Amino acid sequence: MAFFENTKTAIRTLLSRPATILYPVQPAKKTPLSRGHVTIDESRCISCGICQRKCPSQAISINKEAKIWQIDRLRCVVCNSCVDSCPVKCLFMDTQYSSPVTARSIEIINITYVKPPKPENKDEAAV
Amino acid sequence: MTKQIIVPFGPQHPVLPEPIHLDLVLEDERVVDAIPSIGYIHRGFEKLVEKREYTEYVYIAERTCGICSFVHGATFCQGIEQIMNIDIPERAQFLRVIWSEYSRLHSHLLWLGLFADSFGFENLFMNAWRIRERILDVMEQTTGGRVIQGSCKIGGVRKDISNEKLDEMRRDLDSIESEIKDLTSVFLQDDSIKHRLRNVGKLSKEDAYHLGAVGPTARGSGVAIDLRKTGYGAYGKLNFQLVTDSCGDCYGRCAVRAKELFTSIDFIRQSIQKIPDGPIDVKVTGAPNGEFFARAEQPRGELVHYLKGNGTKFLVRSRIRTPTLTNIPPLVRMLQGCELADVPVIVLSIDPCISCTER
Amino acid sequence: MTLEIEETVPVEVGHLIGKVEEFRDGSYRLVQINCSKIGDVYEINYSFDKDYVFRNLRITVTADTEIPSISGMYWGAFIYENEMHDLFGIRVKGMNIDFKGHLFTTAVKFPFSIAPSTPFKGEKP
Repeated sequence: MAFFENTKTAIRTLLSRPATILYPVQPAKKTPLSRGHVTIDESRCISCGICQRKCPSQAISINKEAKIWQIDRLRCVVCNSCVDSCPVKCLFMDTQYSSPVTARSIEIINITYVKPPKPENKDEAAV
Repeated sequence: MTKQIIVPFGPQHPVLPEPIHLDLVLEDERVVDAIPSIGYIHRGFEKLVEKREYTEYVYIAERTCGICSFVHGATFCQGIEQIMNIDIPERAQFLRVIWSEYSRLHSHLLWLGLFADSFGFENLFMNAWRIRERILDVMEQTTGGRVIQGSCKIGGVRKDISNEKLDEMRRDLDSIESEIKDLTSVFLQDDSIKHRLRNVGKLSKEDAYHLGAVGPTARGSGVAIDLRKTGYGAYGKLNFQLVTDSCGDCYGRCAVRAKELFTSIDFIRQSIQKIPDGPIDVKVTGAPNGEFFARAEQPRGELVHYLKGNGTKFLVRSRIRTPTLTNIPPLVRMLQGCELADVPVIVLSIDPCISCTER
Repeated sequence: MTLEIEETVPVEVGHLIGKVEEFRDGSYRLVQINCSKIGDVYEINYSFDKDYVFRNLRITVTADTEIPSISGMYWGAFIYENEMHDLFGIRVKGMNIDFKGHLFTTAVKFPFSIAPSTPFKGEKP
């Protein structure tokens, strides 16, 4: 007859530190690879629209003429697809989650990229 | 003639992780028949495949379920790679096996915790989930996500694990294994648990085979089916012993899952030892044209992804048949003749993952 | 990693039940029943497996054909046949447990039988 098999584990966990952390007071544990929210470096975005096409939940939309990049944080599932497919690598994945909101809104970022002028002479063409 | 009463079970019940509805026909305290009813969480995934390109559909296939998400993504990629005749590098295959087995560890520990909760043993529930946190930490350190990994893509995997990290994972497995040994000895040897589980929900071997039970539900009745024996992915290069139990009751199914934890740890150790160096993905061009049935072993049983493409970027048909869908007829058979107080334990013993079932 | 798929294309009524009985006598287990809409016709796949060997039967029907149920031979087939009826509108005769369209209650009846609208190109709807 085997009873109280759990005694050893119960005493060990009673005498050791709690396994939980006091979350809002202490920060949540994150690793360098954790996916939290998407950020953009607006001085490098060339408005190609690839991130808009690749997003599986249609959270990103770009307005080329008005130079606006907007994201709906509540639709984004932080899948990392836009970060991987951006050709100029201007999107980054931050480790902290976006903060809670009380109303659905779209975050609008103005793109400040300026295209460098073309070199005048073909001999002096330096990338 | 005794009067028959119908008692509804679910969709809201403290013991169920996901909503399923059963109408139980009772005579006194004994269940005579059970009529299942699903459809509370149907999201129409199979229709969405017509509107998302096949490379993006991996993210959607992964989000079919929260517990067994990695194997869905990996099986979908495996199916597309077979249609397009792509051979992924060996390192990518071994990495997929490592993540699949960690996913199986976390799923079985989650189930052990919920099962202990269903017969009232809350301390064991919390202890099982405490061990599970260590597994989820490893998943987050290597892929970036605790439950949705996002690391499979068509042609390989997206992130690599460095060799130092693999060594660290192998050293951590020793302490995880000793904790799991303490946990499973409680499940398998404690008499109060045996009292609740022995001879409850019996399913004979012939019934299990002909009704289509898969996974630990079938292996708990002595039917030796495990799709990892077919050798898909890197499983052909690893060897293991199938775990079966001949009792066919809830204790048998619990014992199968508890012993499979050790099989998974053994798989991870073998893979870390055998993993070769090399690239992790190949470039993919073109579109799938053809059809294929991709089968894999999820923590709950046999998963079938049927994919059909016609040469455009959008697939024609993607059909996911999850193990819980085929374990529902055995559940109805198990419930006939049991007591009302045993119903939560029996429903939970097939490991219902209803969000997979209804996609 | 490759699984050979063997396909046969029988005619519906008489041959389907006969072939399924052969599989039942050979102690194959039923893996799944699948339905796809290709243009105007429906392709229905019955998959069987024994010792990891995978075999397939396929029938092609139109929307108003009535197909016989195989739940007399495989008791667990009712779940696939009800799902097929609720999502595609295919009528199956003689199911052992018939939910009469209430297994999946969707806002639109038989949603998968509606043809897909133009694929989304990345613009906001």
